Amino acid sequence: MSFVEVNDVAVSYENFPVLQHVNLEVAEGAFVTIVGSSGCGKSTFLRLLLSQEEPTAGSIRIAGVHLPPRPTPDRGIVFQRYSVFPHLTVTDNLILPLEFEHSAVFGRLFGSARQKLREQVETILQRIGLTDARHRYPAQLSGGMQQRLAIAQALLKRPRLLLLDEPFGALDPGIRRDMHELLLGLWQETGMTVFMVTHDIAEAFKLGTRLIVFDKMRHDPGNSSAAGATITYDLPLRRPTTFVDEFARTSISAAATLDASVSILSKDALTTPGVEQ
Amino acid sequence: MNAAKSRISPWARLSLGVLPFLLLVLAYAVGSHVRRAANPADKLLPSLDTMAQTFWRMATEPDQRSGDLLLWSDTAVSLARLGSGILISASIAVGVGVLIGYLPRARAMLAPFVAAISLIPPITILPILFIVFGLGELSKVMLIVVGTAPIMTRSLAQAVMDIPDEQIIKAETLGANGIQMVIRVVLPQIWPKLFTAIRLGLVPAWIFLISAEAIASTGGLGYRIFLVRRYLAMDVILPYVAWITLLAYTLDRIFYLLSRRLFRWAHLEGESL
Repeated sequence: MSFVEVNDVAVSYENFPVLQHVNLEVAEGAFVTIVGSSGCGKSTFLRLLLSQEEPTAGSIRIAGVHLPPRPTPDRGIVFQRYSVFPHLTVTDNLILPLEFEHSAVFGRLFGSARQKLREQVETILQRIGLTDARHRYPAQLSGGMQQRLAIAQALLKRPRLLLLDEPFGALDPGIRRDMHELLLGLWQETGMTVFMVTHDIAEAFKLGTRLIVFDKMRHDPGNSSAAGATITYDLPLRRPTTFVDEFARTSISAAATLDASVSILSKDALTTPGVEQ
Repeated sequence: MNAAKSRISPWARLSLGVLPFLLLVLAYAVGSHVRRAANPADKLLPSLDTMAQTFWRMATEPDQRSGDLLLWSDTAVSLARLGSGILISASIAVGVGVLIGYLPRARAMLAPFVAAISLIPPITILPILFIVFGLGELSKVMLIVVGTAPIMTRSLAQAVMDIPDEQIIKAETLGANGIQMVIRVVLPQIWPKLFTAIRLGLVPAWIFLISAEAIASTGGLGYRIFLVRRYLAMDVILPYVAWITLLAYTLDRIFYLLSRRLFRWAHLEGESL
């Protein structure tokens, strides 16, 4: 049984189909990157996995259980913007989930209990390089720092599924590379399953163990509402670190390089679930 | 150099800010001088000196009839009414504003009602308030509440609705329940907006305070200036108007500085007035 099972899911807004016939099975621990043109429903798909929206038809199960109607702590989320709380300092953003857990009514701890939580998140601050910025508010952080904080915050509840909606879309290329390393490291340590929507194809190939492409099944210039989007390509990729490392470490022959590229793009690796029959 | 974006020194900023005030005082002094030169008993534009003396007398000498220091007793009575009114309005604004902004059902029920109430000219309610609550303190405080609570409620409801959906969703994934969400995510983010709403609410609040005091009262700043109007006592009225303005300005600054101090995160970006 797969960890995430998406069964013939469709979403439409007032008879305007956004997604149709989406079928997907994802094993636990996979890093799924999702690409597609703007407005093709890839973010909608992510919102479905989060229970931020409900499918109009079909079903989604995670670990064999149907999705609850609202977001829950077993699914973490990082948005491109507004992911951290502007009124809390870096440290307070990190202890917030712990405060929710320990103070059922007010969600707020005081004095020594609060101090203890602050010490607990010290190692996390170090890991994301925000130790010196711990007393700053998000508006005083750079974009990359904000997203590091957002990722760390999303992981505090140890979700089995991490959802990322274009998390690095607003960052500089250099910062982006650092974020990739951080994210891959965390993914390997935790063994969580990741779904990441991105506009950047290179990023999708670099990070994912599997790449899925959303696109409209029929392109009808006269009637754009004729059909919603679905998964048109589903490419299994090799684990990104080994793939990249191999290139760097061993001088592979040209034939081997070609071989590797072919295995990624070969016809048997391509499955187009929506239009198969 | 582009005048729209040019920087100015603090000294220039201060001098430029004071200039219109100085011009106003100067224009008054000249006008007053001209009138008093023609008629030494002129009551309309008393000299600055006369006004200062009268003001000083009202601040330091007990009134013959009541034994009070009139300036201070008037100020205390008025500020108590204003404070009570604003306090009640702010409480209503937070309570109803969060309901409207946070819960779609409450919004559907209350938003049109609050919008309609906010369009009633508050002064038209005053006779009703006098009939229902009598001529005492309550009716004056209620006029301020009627005049300010609806608009403050609307601006706080909007503040809640302006919190990005992403934050609510994120808090849910971090394990927040409904109450925790309101206490830790929603309320802290609308406090700065509440202070702004209070500052904007104080403007009509002063109008309603002075109006209510003018119509039926036995004390207060508004009562005093409408009382001495019968004797054409401009030497009392003008300093009182300046005093009320100073009080209003000071209150506004206090709330602004408090907001900056208490909610530093909300004042990190951009310039604010």
